[in-house]
Amino acid sequence: MLRFICFVVRREFLLALRRQADIFSLLFFFIVVTSLFPLGAGPQPETLRKLAPGALWTSAMLAALLSLPRLFDDDYRDGALEQYALGTQRLACAVFGKIAAHWLVFGLPLALIAPLAGLQFGLPEHPLWVLTVSLAAGTPALSGIGAICAALTLGLRGGRVLLSLLALPLYIPVLVFGAGAVETALAGASAEAGLSFLAALSLAGVFFAPPAAAAALRVMME
Amino acid sequence: METPLPEKLSASMDEKSLAAWRFAEKAVPRFWQAAAFSGVGGLYAAFFAVLPDARHGNVFRIIFLHVPASWMSLFIYLCMAFWAGWGLFSAKRECFADSRLSHVMSSALAPTGALFTFLSLWTGALWGKPSWGTWWVWWDARLVSELILLFMYAGIISLRSAVDDPRRADKAVALLTLVGLVNIPVIYFSVRWWTTLHQGYSITLTRPPAMAPAAFWTLLLCVFACAMYTAAVSLTRFGNLLLEREGMAGWPRGAIPAENG
Repeated sequence: MLRFICFVVRREFLLALRRQADIFSLLFFFIVVTSLFPLGAGPQPETLRKLAPGALWTSAMLAALLSLPRLFDDDYRDGALEQYALGTQRLACAVFGKIAAHWLVFGLPLALIAPLAGLQFGLPEHPLWVLTVSLAAGTPALSGIGAICAALTLGLRGGRVLLSLLALPLYIPVLVFGAGAVETALAGASAEAGLSFLAALSLAGVFFAPPAAAAALRVMME
Repeated sequence: METPLPEKLSASMDEKSLAAWRFAEKAVPRFWQAAAFSGVGGLYAAFFAVLPDARHGNVFRIIFLHVPASWMSLFIYLCMAFWAGWGLFSAKRECFADSRLSHVMSSALAPTGALFTFLSLWTGALWGKPSWGTWWVWWDARLVSELILLFMYAGIISLRSAVDDPRRADKAVALLTLVGLVNIPVIYFSVRWWTTLHQGYSITLTRPPAMAPAAFWTLLLCVFACAMYTAAVSLTRFGNLLLEREGMAGWPRGAIPAENG
């Protein structure tokens, strides 16, 4: 089982590496959206600093949302998903591998470039660290919850819009605790509580999402 | 399109559908009567029998719509999740007739649940303005989780309408409904887990209610009225959805007398 999961992760990773433009366009999207906020809200440093946690986390969520269709669509189109479903290994394991790979090629790079975006808002050093850690801890939840919603909207007309309608409400808790952690760090307090909560959400999400997403995939593929 | 079923299986499904439809047909007027009587009684008591509150004055009378709407918004979601789960479970046990009826019942409840969630938020805002001085606060967990519930209902209704094949829609919506179930305890316990602007529990099973007995019984009457309204409306919708979905089957022809002319 573990070998199968490693196989799926490796496969997804290789596929992503062969199409690097996809990842870079997502990261670029994140940077562009975060730089829209200072343009829209005005360049006063105090305003920007107040805006930063919410703006950065919202942009990260939107980038995650845009990355979700890629999770299953290609495999659905070329039949790989059906092979997973018919194979001897559990479909949930394949979904788990896909979620893990999605975090590796999307969540982790996003967390790593987030300080760059944070600098635009004039964040000091400590909140920048907290931002990175909170994104690294929170994006697995985004991938997990997103996988369920992506599976439910697989191959539907207007599936993309519906996907955002389904996923964004479920993302709200992650947004609240993620932005909250950065905000407490910005206020000079310890952000440990928020970060622990994010990690807990991610663990729960990554644990419960694969079976649910696998069941949804079976429904939408039949 | 639904794939045709073997003859015998389809006959038993027809019988079950017919029985369910007959039941809905017979029960709906009763529920409407109960809703009308308790609604009129509850509103009369709410406006005339209950004394104005010492601190809030007459504004607190909105409680008689706010609390029933909020309770129903949660309760309907629980019912939806129950029917969704039952539908998936009986499909697994190969009781396809039960499964289909359960899913239809689940989808019949969704619009009413969304309506009550909206009413709860709306009346809450109307009540919040005079008593808290604000329509809405974003940091209150009770308010925000109730808003998420409204989004969940919207998502469920739009997923149902996005999937063309009704049986696929049934299963997909059932899964989404069960996933959204995590929100329900968060809404219910939000006033205990977080310090919020929203007040704590006034009514629990273990302690006497924190309000005048007259107000308490009026409130229960209003809750009963809303529940009866929900039953009436969703059973009507259930019957119509069933007819719409199985209009081509044999049973509706026997059930509905032909129109004159």
